[in-house]
Amino acid sequence: MSIFYFIAFLTILFAVLVISAKNPVHSILYLVLTFFTFTIQYILLNAQFLAIVNFIVYMGAILVLFLYTLMLINLNKDSEPMKTNLVKIAAVLGGGCLMVVLVGALKALGVSQPVVLKNPDLGLVKNLGKVLFNEFLLPFEVSSLLLLSAMVGAVLLATKDKKTTA
Amino acid sequence: MESFFETVKTVPLNHYIILSSVIFSIGVIGVLLRRNAIVIFMSVELMLNAVNLLLTAFSVYHGDPNGQVFVFFIMALAAAEVAVGLAIIVMIYRNTNSVDINVLNRLKW
Repeated sequence: MSIFYFIAFLTILFAVLVISAKNPVHSILYLVLTFFTFTIQYILLNAQFLAIVNFIVYMGAILVLFLYTLMLINLNKDSEPMKTNLVKIAAVLGGGCLMVVLVGALKALGVSQPVVLKNPDLGLVKNLGKVLFNEFLLPFEVSSLLLLSAMVGAVLLATKDKKTTA
Repeated sequence: MESFFETVKTVPLNHYIILSSVIFSIGVIGVLLRRNAIVIFMSVELMLNAVNLLLTAFSVYHGDPNGQVFVFFIMALAAAEVAVGLAIIVMIYRNTNSVDINVLNRLKW
């Protein structure tokens, strides 16, 4: 029980560090740690397939993509744009109000049932694969189309256009 | 191994929802707080992940594998979104020499 709260605390701590770090590279590294705590949460829920996919796709692919983009853009601390203090206070107040409303509404619900793992095989690859390739076969194929179009779009957007580039 | 997963059984569902709400709110604050387009993008990823965790918790709570399949689709979508979004950011940087979103308020170069 306590391991959930410890990991939850770490998740929130690293998430706050992601948005408060001045250097974007530090932000990305804290984001890696945040996603790692998410992976631990998935393992605690026995969602092993999601844990592995989260580990490979998020920590492997997406964050490497972020780091490469940052390397291409070559930002440093001096060029980091910062908002004025008034806008910062307004942003924290706005987000804090959202958090207070959500948590307060949940508190009003009272104590809920504990999360019980009814079927220990629920998150295993064998079980999820059967669901994925029976009920969700068409969305699975469509998502492959989505990934293909995203790949083509990314290449098209990032390629230098000789005529329009100033 | 069984005793390891016993630990989860004592966590109420509410606490998962509260954790996800807090992380989602942190993502919202990040979007409002920063002007660097890449950090804003990372905050959006944070929000997506909060929702993923919530869907997984609900899926385990109800013993329904559909929720976890949905999280898998969200992850595929996030990968596509990141690829296109970062390409757009690179293009913006090439045109304006900055990733400051306030430069883009005129919606033209």
